[in-house]
Amino acid sequence: MSATTERGAAVGAVGSVAAGADGAAAATPVISVHVPPHSLASELRAIRIVWQRDLIRFVNDRIRIAATLVQPLLFLFVLGSGLQRLSSAGTHGVNLKTFIYPGILCIAVMFTAMFSAASIVWDREFGFLREMMVAPVRRSSIVIGKCLGGATVACSQGIIMILLAGLVHVPYAPLLILAIFGLQLLLAFTITAFGVMIAARIKQMQAFFGVMQMIVMPMFFISGALFPASGLPQWLEILNRLDPLTYAVDPMRRLVFSHLHVSAAARAALDPGVTWWGWHVPGLLEAGVIALLGLAMLAVAIAEFSRVE
Amino acid sequence: MSDSAATDAGIVSTARSPDGAAVWVDGLVKRYAEVEAVRGIDFEVATGEVFGFLGPNGAGKTTTINMLCTLVKPTAGAARVAGHDVVRERDDVRRNIGLVFQDPTLDAYLTAAQNLRLHAELYRLEKKVIAPRMRQVLEMVGLWERRSSTVGTFSGGMRRRLEIARGMMHSPRVLFLDEPTIGLDPQTRRSIWGYIGELREREEITIFMTTHYMDEAEWCDRIAIMDHGQIVALDAPEELKSQVGHDRVTINTDDDDAAIAALRERFGVEARVHEGAVTFGVPGGEQFVPRLFDEWDPAHPPIRSVSVSRPTLDDVFMSHTGTTIRDAEEDQAKNRNRMMVQMMGGGRR
Repeated sequence: MSATTERGAAVGAVGSVAAGADGAAAATPVISVHVPPHSLASELRAIRIVWQRDLIRFVNDRIRIAATLVQPLLFLFVLGSGLQRLSSAGTHGVNLKTFIYPGILCIAVMFTAMFSAASIVWDREFGFLREMMVAPVRRSSIVIGKCLGGATVACSQGIIMILLAGLVHVPYAPLLILAIFGLQLLLAFTITAFGVMIAARIKQMQAFFGVMQMIVMPMFFISGALFPASGLPQWLEILNRLDPLTYAVDPMRRLVFSHLHVSAAARAALDPGVTWWGWHVPGLLEAGVIALLGLAMLAVAIAEFSRVE
Repeated sequence: MSDSAATDAGIVSTARSPDGAAVWVDGLVKRYAEVEAVRGIDFEVATGEVFGFLGPNGAGKTTTINMLCTLVKPTAGAARVAGHDVVRERDDVRRNIGLVFQDPTLDAYLTAAQNLRLHAELYRLEKKVIAPRMRQVLEMVGLWERRSSTVGTFSGGMRRRLEIARGMMHSPRVLFLDEPTIGLDPQTRRSIWGYIGELREREEITIFMTTHYMDEAEWCDRIAIMDHGQIVALDAPEELKSQVGHDRVTINTDDDDAAIAALRERFGVEARVHEGAVTFGVPGGEQFVPRLFDEWDPAHPPIRSVSVSRPTLDDVFMSHTGTTIRDAEEDQAKNRNRMMVQMMGGGRR
């Protein structure tokens, strides 16, 4: 079918060239178009369209939406229900699913954000990156648009996880939901920036996912998403405090626990909070750590992409 | 038809100046670690011209285009495109050029219209002209009806047409086409050339393209023949062919080696085997054929068939580089293979 379309078009085009050569003026006037010099407004337009593209692609890709949800749901319901039988003594009557829910809220956006960043590697492989790289816009606009796109897409997954709160005995309090969402957005942005930074250097999809697996899984396990961050063996405690994800999981858990009715003993055991040399790190500072890391990685990503010829 | 106009505008002016030319190149060099891909080239392209870069793969055509498009920084020399310096005024150059690369650069998950829309936003076109302009370029390449289809469902030819439409979306002053028809069937190649012809009829545009198809170079107002990073000839295709000064004679025999030896001894011409037939160039080919048969010794292998042709761009290429474009590419492929084998062998030792 497409062959005939093409042939038809070919004949049409050759015909119209002949007509043009005969001196017949073009039927419709040419629409005059002008590309203005660059300005702040034009860069914002570039950021918006790069962001929008990620959204359009995500909405069209239902399989991906489903696939990235599988892993967090597995952790939450299978691991949560299964291990509950072993650990009911240690959780002071709190359901294990409720305990790991804050961690799952974090990793759900983390996996999706990684996927979004990976699309830069695809774009390079399929050539589309070039279309963006030769456009008369700053590379920084492209990178920022990409990170915002990844964060938005990841947060749409995050919302699905928030909606599950009732199933793990967490109340639907508007303020809680808002705070969780804000924290997810921050984490998603930082993780996308991290992925984009890696994608600037790693050009093959397999290698990219390999590196991601190597970094993401340890980050997840060490972060305290599945266990309280106190009373750990010292080596693990050190690793835990170095893991950036710790500073997303901890405030997330504090938020959720502040809306639960649990005994003081359960709170002390399950939500001890992260400490630095005995000092209790406040939630806002933890969020600040995530934000700062995100901005630093965004800066590196921009520098990397601006350097490429 | 437009040969003479182009010649008047471009070549005849002896004082080269960067003003007014669509593309102006002076002593451009690109050196990679060990390879000198482009070894100091000079040329200029007049506004409204269709200018072709012809040469085998690896001659430096794409490197040159990449320098002109601000994608690669020149090692030495200067170039101006649409009046702007390709190093110091990158953004201004990019605003004024359209690009169609050898490899596809479309987002296959978006529709044709979404791809153009994205391009329009990146090139900050005025909101109200986007829709009518999109319609115009899509109609030009015959894809208006398919605007809502995902690019992933398009054939190779349709994708290339969409890329050309996208390259035109922002009305560039210079449109760069890097091998616009490579890998396409002859039918689609012709239609692509139809659009290019139509473009120059309708819009004030300069077209700069590379190709290694000889027949396509004929469409250009002027062509530069590039070989080993240098321009070896530059003129209108007709001019180049008339400079060759001899016709091409091709004969079929049962014993090519003996025939080549006989031609050398008796007629003093150097023949070679090209594409399965003994080929050589002589002035006045039609007059040579009767002489050939008169003086052909019965001891020589009998001639099965003869053909005489006017010089083609192939002959032009051969007269400047001593080889046909196809042979040049085969040699390169062999060299590459040899290098790879050496590298692999070296690694093992």
